[in-house]
Amino acid sequence: MSTTQQHEAGGAVHCTGTEEELEKRVRQLAASYKGKEGSLIQVLHMVQSVYGYLPLHIQQIVAEELELPLSTVSGVVSFYSFFATKPRGRHTIRVCMGTACYVRGGVSIVEALEKQLGIQAGGTTEDGVFTFEIARCIGSCGLAPAMTIDDTVYPEVKAADLPEILEPWYGN
Amino acid sequence: MSSMVDTRSPAIKSRDDLTALRDSVKSRRSTYKYTAYVCGGAGCVSSRCDEIVKALTKAVEDGGLDRDVRIVVTGCIGLCAQGPCMIVGSREAGDKGDVFYGFLTPEKVAVIAETHLKGGKIAEELCYQDPDTGRRLPYTKDIGFFSQQVKIALRNCGRIDFADIEDYIANDGYAALGKVLFDMGREKTVQELIDSGLRGRGGAGFPTGVKWQSGMNAPGSQKYIICNADEGDPGAFMDRSVLEGDPHSVIEALCIGGYVIGANRGFVYVRAEYPLAVDRLTAALEQARQRGLLGENILGADFSFDIEIRIGAGAFVCGEETALMNSVEGKRGEPRQKPPFPFQVGLWGAPSIINNVETLANVPAIINKGAEWFASYGVGKSRGTKVFALAGDIINTGIIEIPMGMTLRNIVFTMGGGMKDGKAFKAIQSGGPSGGCLTADHLDVSVDYESLAAMGAIMGSGGLIAMDEDTCLVDTARYFMEFVQDESCGHCVPCRNGTKRMLELLLKITSGRGALEDIDELSELAAVVNQTAMCQLGQTAPNPVLTTLRYFKDEYLSHVVDKKCPARICRALAVYAIDPGRCTGCTACARKCPVGAITGEVKKPHVIDTEKCIKCGVCKDTCKFDAVNC
Ligand SMILES: Cc1cc2nc3c(=O)[nH]c(=O)nc-3n(C[C@H](O)[C@H](O)[C@H](O)COP(=O)(O)O)c2cc1C
Ligand code: FES
Repeated sequence: MSTTQQHEAGGAVHCTGTEEELEKRVRQLAASYKGKEGSLIQVLHMVQSVYGYLPLHIQQIVAEELELPLSTVSGVVSFYSFFATKPRGRHTIRVCMGTACYVRGGVSIVEALEKQLGIQAGGTTEDGVFTFEIARCIGSCGLAPAMTIDDTVYPEVKAADLPEILEPWYGN
Repeated sequence: MSSMVDTRSPAIKSRDDLTALRDSVKSRRSTYKYTAYVCGGAGCVSSRCDEIVKALTKAVEDGGLDRDVRIVVTGCIGLCAQGPCMIVGSREAGDKGDVFYGFLTPEKVAVIAETHLKGGKIAEELCYQDPDTGRRLPYTKDIGFFSQQVKIALRNCGRIDFADIEDYIANDGYAALGKVLFDMGREKTVQELIDSGLRGRGGAGFPTGVKWQSGMNAPGSQKYIICNADEGDPGAFMDRSVLEGDPHSVIEALCIGGYVIGANRGFVYVRAEYPLAVDRLTAALEQARQRGLLGENILGADFSFDIEIRIGAGAFVCGEETALMNSVEGKRGEPRQKPPFPFQVGLWGAPSIINNVETLANVPAIINKGAEWFASYGVGKSRGTKVFALAGDIINTGIIEIPMGMTLRNIVFTMGGGMKDGKAFKAIQSGGPSGGCLTADHLDVSVDYESLAAMGAIMGSGGLIAMDEDTCLVDTARYFMEFVQDESCGHCVPCRNGTKRMLELLLKITSGRGALEDIDELSELAAVVNQTAMCQLGQTAPNPVLTTLRYFKDEYLSHVVDKKCPARICRALAVYAIDPGRCTGCTACARKCPVGAITGEVKKPHVIDTEKCIKCGVCKDTCKFDAVNC
């Protein structure tokens, strides 16, 4: 999945390129899985890492290339919380609210972030840098409360540490 | 380490090749005086163990210790609370065994290299400190967290380089596959598993041998075997530890299972939240293919098999086996009606066997060492060991594997080191959203499938979350209900609407608007949802409510009758007041209060107007003199 991504300045897109180029890449990617049984979810993961999110016209391309009804594609996109239909920030912050993190004060991290970013969980900052979500356990329960930014895990987070944690992400 | 593999990676074409490779790797390794196992588990990765590895490598090089010390980056050693950490094994330690070093820094590593690895003297001042006595305990055999463990599923976690198939092979890896293919055959393998008493570790506890037997006997030329690595229960991280620390044990077990039931394709369904597990498993699969341990005619036998990874997309219900199969097929992860069971009609309609990661990790060990050996651990119908994840308000958070039948007290206090910050133990949650909360009265109960179920909790997948006196159990019940309400796929009415109503009632109670009838309605609904929901997600969803109602009824009554939250967690029930004895009249709170509910003269105690107060807690956070109570 998305480990290292390139970003267009200010945009919510996860790969560089014009709209046309990106659509072409999505089309090629989907086409290469044509006829492969059960690959829809895996294709959507890849497409999302190319395009950044999965708006309807992108779902349409996937549907055409995999020869599936659009309703099937949309049904899958809406079922799984990892798939986004709205533009996302360049980075995704996920604060864990799994049981261990909840017990160890995850709520205070969520509240502090909401304050610092000026958005509610589920939202994207106006500058397009961060999408902020709640996670249901990221498997770092031994080091609760935990959060991730993209694939980097931050253990035993304290509200006071947040500015320092976020700082380096603004630049890239 | 892994980079060396590519240059000398001959295919393993027979059992003899395998044995020869094992022996040669072993003898190569026997020359080292010390082995430093540095934890590269996910927890330690986040605590920057990469810097520890770098520092250690440098210290070993600089000290000219390359021939004496082998550095192995391993999967989870277990004691996440003290990460980054490492274990030093010594060829000459005799029965004293391994030494554990926690809370590592590059500076500490330099000291350990100099004193221990070069000087041969344990750096005692850097060793584990007993939380009760303050004494340094260098050897793992003396540390409660380690000493009572029996590692079967985790036998290689923390002991081998997860990235090197040769390390797995040196520890008898793929020997069980050879034994099954050439000595035991299908029937005997199934019998061995049945005799071992191994039951599913994914929650339901179904006997694994019986399941494989059904798979073997199911008619059909196309069959599948699936590994369930969805690990959706919050607070559980056992399966990720296995996948990240010993991926080949799962691959080998899938090969064995595939051979037994007659499947040539396997799938591992990993949740999207585990990118590290996906990476390590992908690399391990690639190595296995390169060596011919996946592919055509494995070990020269008439058996071909390969494995694909499928990544989930953030839906808890996909851990349920039939929903998972829908998801592997690329569909919405809605559960299917059972029967037919997966062994009859599973993936793409073909007979399919699905097992949990930990269940599978036990299989090669059982084949190698025998059913009797495995069954010698455990109690009653719960044989062998179970891996648990310790989390919450407990000192030694991490991963443990213990023989079934140990008491909760032993787990929490001896292994877990007791509660953090000197707080009192209040409850322990077992089994995630399908499980329950147990109290101090249950601490002496044996931890096994039957005993836990008898108390209304379940063994579940193995997540144990300890909660201290500052936890509100009504709020905890609300938390889990919110979780299942969120994760209910909406397919059946009892789960969709029943849990919604239950959540409404719990919200009413925690916000101070609850009445006694609400508690009654809650228990009635719990029974209805339990009996009428279609899949186990719904059927077990009421468990956290039922157990808290059963064991913490007083706390519900305090919320409903006295309008108080004894643990002071439910904010709406908090009544903020200023302690005039402590208040210095600094005015800080009054200036911060967003609704102007605090008044008072400078340098005189202030008061809060409870009518105006919106219970936001800003005053409490602001006060430097701890004068605001709630
Ligand atoms: C809602 C729900 C979630 C589940 N999540 C998991 C899971 O994350 N991992 C798992 O191994 N089993 C999970 N199970 C249990 C599986 O349905 C199934 O019993 C298990 O994978 C079988 O493997 P086992 O016999 O080796 O335990 C879940 C069940 C339910 C009802
Ligand atoms: S509960 Fe937060 S990481 Fe598991």
